Amino acid sequence: MIVVVVIAGLLMGAGAIGALVRIIRGPSALDRIIASDVLVATAICAIGAEMAINRHTDTMPVLLGLALFGIVGSVSVARFLSARDDT
Amino acid sequence: MSAPEWGFDSIRDVVTAVLVLVAALMCFAAGVGLLRFPDVLSRLHAATKPQILGVIAIVADVAVSNPSLVTITLAVAIIFFQSLTAPVSAHMVGRAAYRTGHFRRDILVADEFRGHD
Repeated sequence: MIVVVVIAGLLMGAGAIGALVRIIRGPSALDRIIASDVLVATAICAIGAEMAINRHTDTMPVLLGLALFGIVGSVSVARFLSARDDT
Repeated sequence: MSAPEWGFDSIRDVVTAVLVLVAALMCFAAGVGLLRFPDVLSRLHAATKPQILGVIAIVADVAVSNPSLVTITLAVAIIFFQSLTAPVSAHMVGRAAYRTGHFRRDILVADEFRGHD
């Protein structure tokens, strides 16, 4: 089981670092908001993996909150992005 | 020679490990896709994998790991709200990307908006 934990941690960490690099480098604000959505999804996967491996359900409401309110940032940025914004 | 001791616990451990690895692989694929894909629309394609498949795998994993009524109810609620909100935000981001021109027109396969703007 420890092998599974190490492999999953490495893969999720690599995915989170890829999303962070895209947040920092991303040529437009839309790239950054997509990458932060991926970072939230990676956080959901990491919290859930910790719950499944240690066999408790204490942080299940955290997953529900992240699944509910992950939409707010991306929708508001996409809604109010102006057409001449080239950042 | 008796049959191997495959009780319910060891089967549950195997299922837990496989689902954790599936979710981790989805997260890794999303990171690589965000780094390697050329524009906003294709990065949007890469970002969808951990949002739906990874979350479904990990929530099913929690429900398999300790099955109870509360856990399964919360799991269904999480999958429902995630699959309700992820397409909405992806649609908004994709529409904003098209309208502000943050995509490469030369690698588009089809453009059904052309001529309708």
